[in-house]
Amino acid sequence: MTGISKEFPGVKALSDVDFRLLPGEVHALMGENGAGKSTLIKVLTGVYDIDQGQTTLDGTDVRFSGPLQAQQAGISTVYQEVNLCPNLSVAENIFIGREPRRFGMIHWSQMEKRADALLERLQLDIDVSAPLSTYSLAVQQMVAIARAIDISAKVLILDEPTSSLDASEVEQLFRVMRQLKEEGVAILFVTHFLDQVFSISDRITVLRNGRLVGEYVTRELTLIDLVGKMIGKELEVLEQLEEQPKPALAALERGQPLIEAQDLGRKGAVSPFSLTIHKGEVVGLAGLLGSGRTEVARLIYGADKADNGQLLVDGKPVAMRGPRSAMGHDIAFCSENRRTEGLIEELTVRENIILAMQAVRGWTRPIPRRRQDELVDKYIKALDIRPANPEAVVRNLSGGNQQKVLLARWLITEPQLLILDEPTRGIDIGAKAEIQRLVAALSDGGMAVLFVSAELEEVLRLSHKIAVLRDRHLIAELANDDEVDADRIMETIASGARA
Amino acid sequence: MTTITRLAKYRLFWPVAILVVLLLSNLIFTPSFFKIEVRDGHLYGSLIDILRFGAPLILVALGMTLVIATGGIDLSVGSVVAICGALACWRISEQGDQNSVGGVLVAVVMALGLALLLGLWNGFLVAGIGIQPIIATLILMVAGRGLAQLITDGQIITINSSPYKEIGAGYLLTFPVPVLIAIVVIVVSVLLTRRTALGMLVESVGGNAEASRLAGIRSRRIKLMAYVFAALCAGIAGLMISSNVSSADGNNAGLWYELDAILAVVIGGTLLTGGRFSIGGTVIGALIIQTLTTTIYTIGVPPETTLLVKALVVTIVCLVQSPSFREKVFKGRRQRPPTPTAPTSDAPTKVEVPA
Repeated sequence: MTGISKEFPGVKALSDVDFRLLPGEVHALMGENGAGKSTLIKVLTGVYDIDQGQTTLDGTDVRFSGPLQAQQAGISTVYQEVNLCPNLSVAENIFIGREPRRFGMIHWSQMEKRADALLERLQLDIDVSAPLSTYSLAVQQMVAIARAIDISAKVLILDEPTSSLDASEVEQLFRVMRQLKEEGVAILFVTHFLDQVFSISDRITVLRNGRLVGEYVTRELTLIDLVGKMIGKELEVLEQLEEQPKPALAALERGQPLIEAQDLGRKGAVSPFSLTIHKGEVVGLAGLLGSGRTEVARLIYGADKADNGQLLVDGKPVAMRGPRSAMGHDIAFCSENRRTEGLIEELTVRENIILAMQAVRGWTRPIPRRRQDELVDKYIKALDIRPANPEAVVRNLSGGNQQKVLLARWLITEPQLLILDEPTRGIDIGAKAEIQRLVAALSDGGMAVLFVSAELEEVLRLSHKIAVLRDRHLIAELANDDEVDADRIMETIASGARA
Repeated sequence: MTTITRLAKYRLFWPVAILVVLLLSNLIFTPSFFKIEVRDGHLYGSLIDILRFGAPLILVALGMTLVIATGGIDLSVGSVVAICGALACWRISEQGDQNSVGGVLVAVVMALGLALLLGLWNGFLVAGIGIQPIIATLILMVAGRGLAQLITDGQIITINSSPYKEIGAGYLLTFPVPVLIAIVVIVVSVLLTRRTALGMLVESVGGNAEASRLAGIRSRRIKLMAYVFAALCAGIAGLMISSNVSSADGNNAGLWYELDAILAVVIGGTLLTGGRFSIGGTVIGALIIQTLTTTIYTIGVPPETTLLVKALVVTIVCLVQSPSFREKVFKGRRQRPPTPTAPTSDAPTKVEVPA
């Protein structure tokens, strides 16, 4: 693939990306969230149309208009969530839609025989007539792969195949991947687990912000190099912000912390952690995807119930029974999933902005319309929400403006602690800078902010203190002084040292 | 053309247009259809009949609107209609003097009290326990008929109470009482949802339940209220229906009302998926259904085919409502396809399923 570009309204998802995949190799596609990995895969498999650029397969130009066409050309994809039918048998799942037939009827015995042979190739000896749901996720994944390679066996794309597997299952999957590689299949492997990339892949392509960072041979790359390339540094961006002096930590009045988490934790989400947040302090959460950043934020807000430890507000332990109790203690939370957990897309800008405030007042005491208009107008102006029309339906706004609406919703409740989970993800550079500037201004005004972001630069620029997470553990807490930079944090993540 | 295109942008354009067309089509068969006259100080005429007989459906559909807006559905309203009618008639039939106003009032309060309890039950199952609304309310839909028969002892209770008769068949200031009651309930619903924040919170919960929770909305309480309101509306409708015929039939009173009510809500432009709702739309939707029923009777469609005719017209109504259908039909004829504007979209969305 050369010079691939793909643009969505308001977002340039891929710009001028080159990518090559050779037969008989495992190629890892790496990048942070929003780097363009999934867009690249979808372009490759014909789910999206290409705006610019060319795809060649075995030296000939191809242009797929749909996944089916890509599949016929020999490109199969196994997605993160196994998309098979758990209630059907293994054999049925492999051959569904293309069952071997005899006299117009399904030829069951032949189907099972062929399924057996296919799975044997993957060194899997299971009863193919049993329902898929009786097997582990790893086996289900294998069945999905068997189906994919039986349909077409030139290119196999594995999108986050290991995210729900345990260590031995991952090993089993890797064995199959190595074997397919021997047989000449080109495998594209997408994952967030760095260790796995090094143990299985031959080459690595790194994307960042829709651009190609480079293609590397895995054994010539160290873990820290890779993390650095993935996270990168946005030099030209946000120069105005760069000029601001680093947040003056010493000037902050310490004293009693506003929020103190003591051994707060939840099984399966994040191991017990302790964290203090002072008034006017910006605490950044750094870590790779899946390291537990969001989980920490959700526990402090009470979006998920903690099953361990306690939360102190102004030094007093509080019972967190959910978002309402958090709001009662002036804690606000902007979820990373704007669309599914933040905004009510079919309501207007005005309604979305006053929602949290109205929820606290209860339905019997509506905010007078004039007051609503005042508040909404004020924040539309302050945050420069476009279009500046309070009655616009939120669904039709761009990502950045939607994010601002969500922010406005919480700002009018005048919280003491504002939790921002990935507030700048998927929005354009301008809006990003505005939101960062806003966070700095709020902190100056005495608001505490818990800032979660996958972008290290951003966290470094804004935070007074950075908590580093890895594998669902809070492993270090670093005061953001002159000695701390991106390298130091990457090192901390890579080494996993508990500081 | 442009005026119509501009008009078509209003939410209620298509429901109103359909209602007007239905009403006008009656003129072909009944030239005196639009005639309204005053007899003995009472308003008479086909239009008045539509309003009078449509009143219970309007009530039930109003309650249904709020439930559907929260993302739920209430199948039990038909049974609640039967139960409340049965309880009120039973209570009156037990009285020595069936014409005592006080006694009738007690019966009405009892029936509405029971409706409240039934609504709480539905709301508890849906919001408290978290059972899917369609299953939760199916329980009362089935069991409720039994409950109604238990109250009437398996018989049809016939009463002879003039104060009770007023509710469904009386006149006040030349207007039929059920129409006045319906107007009051409509006004109350509009005030309740649009003058307080309830309407917005309902739309928020129906639009995105998880986001609403994280914004601090007590969605359980909102849902509970919607089910209670729906049951109360159904209770009032039950009183009207039983009063109109001076009897309670546990088996047949309010039979299939839930389906007509759901239909009215959908025709009125509220999506079954929840979120934005329109009370005005629902009222018009209910009137469309009642007009259809009346029309079928007045033009003398053979009784055995009425259901089929009704189904056909409803299908056409739903198709006309669907923006994507209109686009398909008009695409070839116009240079530019009309902008789809009506709020309903019954057309299935295509989903690409990657293999």
